[in-house]
Amino acid sequence: MKNTLEEQEAIIDGGEESSKKRRVVIPGEVIVSGEDYLPSEGARRQGENIVANRFGLAEEAGRVIKVIAITGAFVPRRNNVVIGRVTNITFNGWVVDIDSASSGFLPIDESPRFINKSDMDQFLAIGEVVAAKVWSVNTRGIDLTIKGKGLGKLEGGFIFRVSPNRVPRVIGREGSMINLIKEKTGCNITVGQNGWVWIKGNNIDSEIRARKAIEFVTEKVAVEGLTDKMEAWFQEN
Amino acid sequence: MLQNVEKLAGGLQMSSMETTNLTIETFRKMFSAGKRFDGRGLLDLRPLDVNFEISNCAEGSARVRLGKTEVLVGVKMNLDSPYPDSPDKGNLMVSGDLLPLASPRFEQGPPKFEAIELPRLVDRAIRESGMIDLKKLVVKEGEKVWTVIIDIYPINDDGNLVDVSTIGAIAALKTAVIPGVTEEGNVDYKHRTKDPIPLSKETAPLSFTFYKLGDSIILDPTREEQEACDVRVTFGISKWNGQYMLNSCQKSGEEPFTSEELIKIMEILPKKYDELNEKLKKFF
Repeated sequence: MKNTLEEQEAIIDGGEESSKKRRVVIPGEVIVSGEDYLPSEGARRQGENIVANRFGLAEEAGRVIKVIAITGAFVPRRNNVVIGRVTNITFNGWVVDIDSASSGFLPIDESPRFINKSDMDQFLAIGEVVAAKVWSVNTRGIDLTIKGKGLGKLEGGFIFRVSPNRVPRVIGREGSMINLIKEKTGCNITVGQNGWVWIKGNNIDSEIRARKAIEFVTEKVAVEGLTDKMEAWFQEN
Repeated sequence: MLQNVEKLAGGLQMSSMETTNLTIETFRKMFSAGKRFDGRGLLDLRPLDVNFEISNCAEGSARVRLGKTEVLVGVKMNLDSPYPDSPDKGNLMVSGDLLPLASPRFEQGPPKFEAIELPRLVDRAIRESGMIDLKKLVVKEGEKVWTVIIDIYPINDDGNLVDVSTIGAIAALKTAVIPGVTEEGNVDYKHRTKDPIPLSKETAPLSFTFYKLGDSIILDPTREEQEACDVRVTFGISKWNGQYMLNSCQKSGEEPFTSEELIKIMEILPKKYDELNEKLKKFF
């Protein structure tokens, strides 16, 4: 553990191996100054300077400066896949708690097959878990749909939560990380953008191993080449 | 800095989402196979850490961590008149506040069931064990006695708050000293005597809360596990002259415990009491 921390600090302090420089910034902190730079996600231009909007890791990729948030709530966006809990059934759909500021609504028309309004609870009952896609975010609320591959009611396995800000890391570049974990554990994994992860495997042990692997990823904030580290982790555990 | 950042990212995951049927089913299966996510056995406790002298103003204070659950306990002393039914005894007051910073489940406002139950459970575990010799806290019988106030503040709730609070309360009590008294008979908080609170050396009460899901009984659950369980029972236990003594008992939840299960719990209790006491000795 100590070794890895030292390694990480080397990277943050501008270690030579890394092409991207990363350091921890707080809101309002000047990341770089100069007219050449472009602010991206989590950063803004203020006169000559590029200033952080959020608490996180500032990343410099060429001219583009962005801040990768470390903490913060999940803000739903269109096409996000989320995992939520059904909290209520109304006359025309389900209210789903998606662990966001407001709950999502899944209309009955958005289910893949016809459902009679009198037996909606046979399809999705209160307390059950559903993987859904955000269809639209507007002032009235968040609309969800379960039309699509891998969406719908989740049966078997279990769900747990990681920090929503770590979800991109869990998935990895073009899904490299999550595919590695799936391959090594033989589990079926769905990662919701709201930080909830669903794991279903052949046996409890492989499911627990998959969860530990994902928690390992979320703990490593500033590690470069995490996929390689993950492979080493699988050899040890 | 970086270590703190890592703690934030990988630390205790708080969510206001209620427990799903799926999670309950998972834990039911896992517990009956004797497994837990953190690799512990069903009756194993998480790693314990105790720090002292957290608060400068308190007469004694402690911070206890059990896994990711963290509780701050302070002891404050005050001169008061005794209760009419116990003129020859000092007073003991335990209060607690479930701070919103500890868990998304806790909210500001008038105390709810859990917030009333927690200090009462700790109060009874300590009071009935006779750990504090309340008779020695009398300054003038019937007129002036010391009041021992124990304040419990959970900082992080990752399950098992009652047991952790009891550990915190006894840790704070053991390090507390009686404040000085001015010539007029008022408390002088700036001056501290070296007298500890009169505690029995023989016994330290501890509480153990057993949670039940399906047919499995577990100890020291995380918040995730705790919320999936149907029912719980809290026992306060101490030791007098080599004899174990049950001081308090409270059951919450709608499901019953069978008599076989309670007999099993009674067999586990003394073992767990000795185990935790042994761990606590490191810190005193």
